Amino acid sequence: MSETLLAKPVTAVSTTTPPVEERKGLTKKEIAADHPTWCPGCGDFSVLALYFKLIEKRKMWHEKITTVAGIGCSSRFPYFVQAHGAHYIHGRALPFASGISLSRPDLHVFVFGGDGDAFSIGGNHFNHTARKNIKMTYCVMDNWVYGLTKKQTSPTSPLGFKSKTDQWGAVDYPINPMKQAIAAGATFVARTTHTNPNHVLQMMEAAMDHDGFSFIECLSECVEFYEGAFDASNPRKGGVFNEVPKSHDVTDELAAYKLAGEPFPGSFGIFYKVNKPTKNAKEAEIVKSFQSKVTGLKDWQILQKNFDRMK
Amino acid sequence: MSNATAGASSPSGTQKISSISEVVIRIAGNSQDGIQAIGGFLARLAGRSEQEVMTFMTIPATISGGASIFQVRMGSGEVLSSGDEADVLLCFYQHSYDAHISSLKKGGIVMYDSDHVQPNPELEKTYHHVGIPISSLTVEAIGGTAKDKGKNIYSLGLIAKTFDLDLPKLEKLIGERFTGKDPSILNNALAAFHAGYSHSLGNLIETFKFTDAQKKDGTQIVMNGNEALGYGLIAAGVRFGAGYPITPWSDIMELLRRELPKYGGTFIQTEDEIAAISMAIGGSYAGRVSVTGSSGPGISLKTEALGWAIMAEMPLVIVDVQRGGPSTGMPTNIEQSDLNIAVNGGHGDAPRVVIAPANVEDCFYMAIEAVNIAKKYSVPVILLTDQGIATRIEAFVQPNLEKVCQDISPDFTPIADHKPYDLSTPNGVSLHVPPGTKINSGKYPIVTGLEHDELGHPTGSPKLHMQMTAKRRKKLQALGATLPVPKIYGPSEGNVLLVGWGSTEGPIKEAVDRARAAGDSVSSIHIKHINPLPNGLENIFSGFNHVFVVEMNDEGLYGFGQFGAILRARYCDPKIQGLNKTDGLTWKVKEILERAKTNLTTGIRKL
Repeated sequence: MSETLLAKPVTAVSTTTPPVEERKGLTKKEIAADHPTWCPGCGDFSVLALYFKLIEKRKMWHEKITTVAGIGCSSRFPYFVQAHGAHYIHGRALPFASGISLSRPDLHVFVFGGDGDAFSIGGNHFNHTARKNIKMTYCVMDNWVYGLTKKQTSPTSPLGFKSKTDQWGAVDYPINPMKQAIAAGATFVARTTHTNPNHVLQMMEAAMDHDGFSFIECLSECVEFYEGAFDASNPRKGGVFNEVPKSHDVTDELAAYKLAGEPFPGSFGIFYKVNKPTKNAKEAEIVKSFQSKVTGLKDWQILQKNFDRMK
Repeated sequence: MSNATAGASSPSGTQKISSISEVVIRIAGNSQDGIQAIGGFLARLAGRSEQEVMTFMTIPATISGGASIFQVRMGSGEVLSSGDEADVLLCFYQHSYDAHISSLKKGGIVMYDSDHVQPNPELEKTYHHVGIPISSLTVEAIGGTAKDKGKNIYSLGLIAKTFDLDLPKLEKLIGERFTGKDPSILNNALAAFHAGYSHSLGNLIETFKFTDAQKKDGTQIVMNGNEALGYGLIAAGVRFGAGYPITPWSDIMELLRRELPKYGGTFIQTEDEIAAISMAIGGSYAGRVSVTGSSGPGISLKTEALGWAIMAEMPLVIVDVQRGGPSTGMPTNIEQSDLNIAVNGGHGDAPRVVIAPANVEDCFYMAIEAVNIAKKYSVPVILLTDQGIATRIEAFVQPNLEKVCQDISPDFTPIADHKPYDLSTPNGVSLHVPPGTKINSGKYPIVTGLEHDELGHPTGSPKLHMQMTAKRRKKLQALGATLPVPKIYGPSEGNVLLVGWGSTEGPIKEAVDRARAAGDSVSSIHIKHINPLPNGLENIFSGFNHVFVVEMNDEGLYGFGQFGAILRARYCDPKIQGLNKTDGLTWKVKEILERAKTNLTTGIRKL
């Protein structure tokens, strides 16, 4: 039988497997591709820098990472990373990434995007990818505004935010991404902000190590269209950066939901983390049980058995 | 019922046995009566007896209940269509009788359940009426509780007796069907079958015997178009796909979901149509041609992602099992009205490949062709079938699976350098290199929906947009240059050429046969490569005075159906005319001939 994609063990992830020939980790120079097109001062620069740092620190190789994004300012991300990547259509990065994750257990799949991509046009996919617990890391750079199209209301814009589509101030209640993720069944839900690089890296590492759908909301300021939005979370701007209390039980869904309900700036850290079998593992299990019934048969012989019943 | 003295009652009162070469049986009842099962048994029996068979069915869009028919045409000679008129009508209810008696050939036999049907005395002269209390005899045979459940199998017994069908083969088929279930179910089924078979037809009716079938070159297998297509994809090496349920596409996704794990693959049911195509594209991106599919509105939903796959040059197979549209349209009826969206759907200049199987056997082989074109040209391929071919059962010679099955596992061998959108290739084809492949130059590809340079990085350069647009087009032109000239059915010169595509091949060929037998000069071609078109069509058209494009879609604002309009635009030939219909039913042979004649006698449309 031909070597099949899903037959490989789901846990065969490159970073944990010792390389056959000793390859050095990549340098930042080797990971960086195009110079980012973001505005000077954009929070997304920091997320990109920390992604590079993650790749460096965890000694991941170019060919074992896949960077996927939808459409938006932050979704330009894959162009700036020297690795296999895809810049997909608006809102649909998650199902695209799921196709990769479910057929290639050997790859690390990272998805980057903005709040519009994740919670507006892609809202349905967010819920379903989370509930199916498809293994990948999804980092949403939330800036509370549509930046690429130049300042329209986003699904996370707070009430009263004056945009070009709500000139008198936003009237629609915003989505709470953390509540959304917990309610949808995500198995790893964390919150961070671009102004605290060490914390971003810590969350990225924890998300990457999680076996399942790991979601990070990273506040990422749009200096052009929503300047100062997150000042209250930045100690350098007189705000407070509160970490999730040490006493918080990350497996307690209700406690996580309570944390998510705190008024801005709220807490930062891992709100929720549970271990549940991934869809990847469940599909692999189905494959295993079906293949045990056709052991030793070539693909054409399996098909022949079906055809024999159709004579 | 050719070669037969159909419907002639025997005045002497002794039972008469007539020899026939083929028969069309229509079974009319409700969808829960299991009439598809009778049809399925007959079709499978025909396949095992080296006979030709073709079926046609309608199912209501309701979950339970609703009128339904199954028509099966089987015979010793070549069977091209499911038949215009029935030789035998079996009806379970008054509404079945009332609605379908007109589909019966004059002098044909109507067998009805006299527990439910009151025949129309005026029609008793036109059709040979045979009333049998099917419901009560079934209850008598297998007990009161089974009631409606067994009457399909009882009726199968009646049909088997009437046509002297092979009893041991049918018993074996029944055994296979009910295998593994509670043995009492099989016993009941066989009891009902034997009761039907041994019901005394007395002197009511003649019985029939098929002439010997021609020997076939190899074992026949029997399946419907959706099954053939699903198994074709598996043979092609497809191991990943995603879909969302919609009629009549769902059968294919159910089959792939059920079968792929045996081959180490999987098929994912997604939250919506857009996720389905996106996940399939993700699967292709990961290295192995993947599949998605849909029908009707689902295809509309997929078009943005299709455009991405064209722009990003990703291989992909999209199955479109057409149904009546637009919008929710007629979910369980047949129409060929998705040709425009298949060829042109979406924004921008977006060339993609469209191929259309003409019969059930084609569904198997063209699924493989679709995968190979997608892979070779790194392009999405739309496999355009329709409700008629999806549910139609046919027998065909079993493929040599050892030869046909292929391995399309991705290759992750490290490469020196890679440009995902290399402009230097003469035919525009550049191949996808999946993640997992180490690229020694350290320059990794981004695949994208933005206009891009050769490495996949965004560009606003007018020159690059022109070059990349041409690249995407040139791939299809290169494919077009390899496509064989379609074979002409009938002489290569004459008065009328019928042009068809998709599931209409059978009735069109039969129309040619019938017209030629009557001395008319008619030939036909059937086009399976819709976009790009095959070579040499202009030479074929030049041999005829009239070219009629036979399609199940609207004649359009300017008098041409969807394919007709493409051919007009491509060949600028005013003799190309449309022959269209939108009743949601398959073409009848006589309809095609009548419509062709009308077109001719009215001097065709004014130009």
